[in-house]
Amino acid sequence: MSEAMDFKVIGTRPIRPDGVDKVTGRASFGADFSLPGMLEGAVLRSPHAHARIKSIKTDAALAASGVKAVVTGADFPQVAAGAIEGGEGGGDFADLAGNVIARGKVRYHGHAVAAVAAQSRAQALAALALIEVEYETLPAVLSLDAALAESAPLIDEGLMTSGLAEPATAPSNLASVIEMGNGDLDAGFADAALIVERRYQTPTVHQGYIEPHACVGRWGQDDQAMLWCCTQGAFDVRSMTAKVLGQPVGSLKVIPSEIGGGFGGKTTVYLEPLALLLSKKSGRPVRMVMTREEVFRATGPASAATIDLRMGFSQDGKITAAEATMAYEAGAFPGSPVGPGTMCVFAPYRIANFRIKGMDVLVNKPKAAAYRAPGAPQALFATESAMDEAADKLGIDPIELRLRNAVEEGDSAIYGPKFGPIGLRACLEAAAAHPHYTKAKDAGVGRGVAVGFWFNVGLQSSAEVHINEDGTVTVIEGNPDIGGSRASMALMAAETLGVPYESVRVVVADTETAGFTNVTGGSRVTFATGMAVVEASKDIIAQCCSRAASLWSTDEDMVEWRDGAVHPRPGVNVEAKPLSLKDLAGKAGRTGGPLLGKASLNARGAGPGFSVNLCDALVDQETGQVQVKAFTAIQDAGKAIHPSYVEGQLQGGAVQGIGWALNEEYVYSPEGVMENAGFLDYRIPVASDLPMIDTQIIEVPNPGHPYGVRGVGETPIVAPLAAVANAVSASAGVRMTELPLSPPRVLEALDQA
Amino acid sequence: MQGFAYEAPSSLDALRARLAAAQGAGELTQVLAGGTDLLVQMKQGQRAPGLILDIKRVGETQALTVDGDWLTIGASVPAAKAKAFPLVAEAFPGLAHAIDLIGSSQIQGRASLGGNLCNASPAGDTIPALIANGFEAQILTADGLRTLPVEAFVTGVGKNALASGEVLLALKAPVPGPRSGDAYQRFTPRTEMDIAVVGVGARLTLDDAGVIASACIALGAVAPQAFLAEAAGAALVGTRGEPQALEAAAAAAMAVAKPISDKRGSADFRRRICGVLVKRVVAQALERCTTGGTK
Repeated sequence: MSEAMDFKVIGTRPIRPDGVDKVTGRASFGADFSLPGMLEGAVLRSPHAHARIKSIKTDAALAASGVKAVVTGADFPQVAAGAIEGGEGGGDFADLAGNVIARGKVRYHGHAVAAVAAQSRAQALAALALIEVEYETLPAVLSLDAALAESAPLIDEGLMTSGLAEPATAPSNLASVIEMGNGDLDAGFADAALIVERRYQTPTVHQGYIEPHACVGRWGQDDQAMLWCCTQGAFDVRSMTAKVLGQPVGSLKVIPSEIGGGFGGKTTVYLEPLALLLSKKSGRPVRMVMTREEVFRATGPASAATIDLRMGFSQDGKITAAEATMAYEAGAFPGSPVGPGTMCVFAPYRIANFRIKGMDVLVNKPKAAAYRAPGAPQALFATESAMDEAADKLGIDPIELRLRNAVEEGDSAIYGPKFGPIGLRACLEAAAAHPHYTKAKDAGVGRGVAVGFWFNVGLQSSAEVHINEDGTVTVIEGNPDIGGSRASMALMAAETLGVPYESVRVVVADTETAGFTNVTGGSRVTFATGMAVVEASKDIIAQCCSRAASLWSTDEDMVEWRDGAVHPRPGVNVEAKPLSLKDLAGKAGRTGGPLLGKASLNARGAGPGFSVNLCDALVDQETGQVQVKAFTAIQDAGKAIHPSYVEGQLQGGAVQGIGWALNEEYVYSPEGVMENAGFLDYRIPVASDLPMIDTQIIEVPNPGHPYGVRGVGETPIVAPLAAVANAVSASAGVRMTELPLSPPRVLEALDQA
Repeated sequence: MQGFAYEAPSSLDALRARLAAAQGAGELTQVLAGGTDLLVQMKQGQRAPGLILDIKRVGETQALTVDGDWLTIGASVPAAKAKAFPLVAEAFPGLAHAIDLIGSSQIQGRASLGGNLCNASPAGDTIPALIANGFEAQILTADGLRTLPVEAFVTGVGKNALASGEVLLALKAPVPGPRSGDAYQRFTPRTEMDIAVVGVGARLTLDDAGVIASACIALGAVAPQAFLAEAAGAALVGTRGEPQALEAAAAAAMAVAKPISDKRGSADFRRRICGVLVKRVVAQALERCTTGGTK
């Protein structure tokens, strides 16, 4: 436990190692890589949301000027069903393959149908127009209600609902059902003095990373392939791409570039298998880069959701019963994050009587991908809206209402395990005392409170620590750096080894240089890969002690590591000056060779992350426009290794959550064509839309990590949806239950108030 | 993007001659000022000109002058320069605000009022402000010059009154007298980097007694092109801008607004916001009649 620890560098705020390259433009992102003789690839995408492919003719395209290869679904192997492990989005390999390129049917507007590689992008685009595809259009299924209707068109004719008590007898668009519960629901509601019952809806949204997907693939004559790409996980790209192409994992090397945002959306593959097969066919390297429009039409999104919620409260604000029926859009293939949604929906509270049902529903939209705390923002939007309404109706302060129900250490989470030390209560108490909360509201302003939660995960990580001959340190790991993780790794290595931060360099390596490491996701990197870095550093310390003992002709237990050097233990009669890392690095050749520390682990003990957000919002009563006047994000980080980057996560999550709450949504035509596939009409917030996002880091150390770390990357996006909606509801004087809270929707609600 | 030729004539005569030659040869020609719309449209495949004629080296398009009672803004003057021009900032604060709404600071270093007008977007921010302020378009023709009120310059969505071989040279407006003020406001879901759901420009002038003597209200994004809502202005003349006068002007504007429903808002929503903005814009212009402005 870190509470009593006296840190030297952890908790300081040094400049990130990748900072200079990124602000000067020298950093190399996905589209920046090129190879001699490289071709440019382009994708032909479905013009229909739902259609059968009758035929595809590629002869004219192949014969066009500059064209070197064309691929269609027929060129790819059939991939057997099998669960994707370790990724953030989950899902099945066969569906993944079907999403990469359509076979037999197109399931959404923008679904890849064919790909071309040519000497220039213009030639590739011209060739796409020469591909003749004959479609038989089918009715598009664009909403949960339409998908679950009795006579709904089937998106996957072979899909039988899983998770039912009785096996399904006919195919449907309902991919799976999850149910859990405990206690006596009826008795719980019978005890309630107040029941809040509403339907909450959230729209399809995109992660909105600034860097579009991009890769370069090169297939060798010996069937060994290389892939340069922007991704959150090179090993995941390797396993997924190998599976889609029917190749052994060991035949593919994946080299991750710098990454311009991912937020979960870069934990799967889209272009990579296409680029490699085009390379195989053409014998040349192939680069593929999506346009922004393609990013919107064919990647992401986060699931739209409809949640029917019912919560019962005693007069003194105790939750007596809670019930949720949650339907999430999976997109065109199964695998929405409704599972984690059901586990999160009531996670912050002690509830004896509850029942939760989750439904994973196919619609003719792009396959849902992970987006920060997948499934949780939708779920907690519902719960935290209901909590706010209950507080209002019971006349109890909204923070106090949550304190009366908050889970604490030793409580069983409704999804199973017992909580260890957690920071929900500390966050709520900090919120109640925060100047934002104690300060009077300006006229007309509404104030919203909401709680956020995410499990955080561990998973597998590897790290190597190399001590260079001058005592400087190189850390090799395999997690692309999205949120400042190089800096955090360097801080943890420096702390453990007792060396300055500046002497540590962290390398994000490829799949043949770093040991196997799961995706940068699940808020796991500082926790799990950090743990590997600490263990690899301790491996170095053990070797140093052994070598010093040997040099001093004494036993290992006669020496100890202190302040970055090996010392004889107090009282041990050895005539020796302490040996620093630098001293021992210089003597490495005489003491057994290079100093190389290693660790590989499957990290257990990830600590859940709780947050509380405060939002002040002002509704323009004439136009329905919402102004966010103040926003405060309070979150338990366990231990903030680099506080600036923890604060950055809190602020970034708040901004994305505010966007989700206010204006972001996919607008579809009745035919299933997204009408706002660009940042002009898909409105993520701009700087002038936002107040300064205030932050407060709470530190309840996680005993599962040597320095007390718990993940911080995902929890920040969970609470803002309800925090904003509660503030807007208060300012508007009407309960808002459907996102986004765009001006037309708020104005309509004002009319009905 | 397809290949194209690029030329930048440096005089009116050279520009006219090159236009005539291109017309004779049937070259698909596109005039370039700032290019902030054109280049995007070309990259998106919406336009594929064979010849691009950059007019920035033609001195007349770079004019930014006050000549007696007339303000002239050359068609290729960058937005950033136009909005910072002292007379624009002081006597046309509404127009200056409209210019400031174009894109971002970076875009405004390139984008021009002339381009914004020629692009003829129903939601173009400067167009209602130009119309309300009585701007005229000065056009280079095959054998001379002609002028058109800005209101008549835009003829439809993405369409303007320029005939083949013609180029917009400059925009001109009378310098407002005393007790006069303009304003422009638009409604967008975001605070910037957005496109008007509704835009309203107004120019009011008071008489000695503080009564509204003239009122021009122009509406954007509620019809295929921005236009002068004459009845809205008429509802204000002879009043002091009392609440009921503002309501009457708003009602008159809503009556002539013909918005469509699209991804940026329903027709009903747009019409309603149009009424709200008319009231707010008139109130702002009225305040400027008494507190701001020059002369």
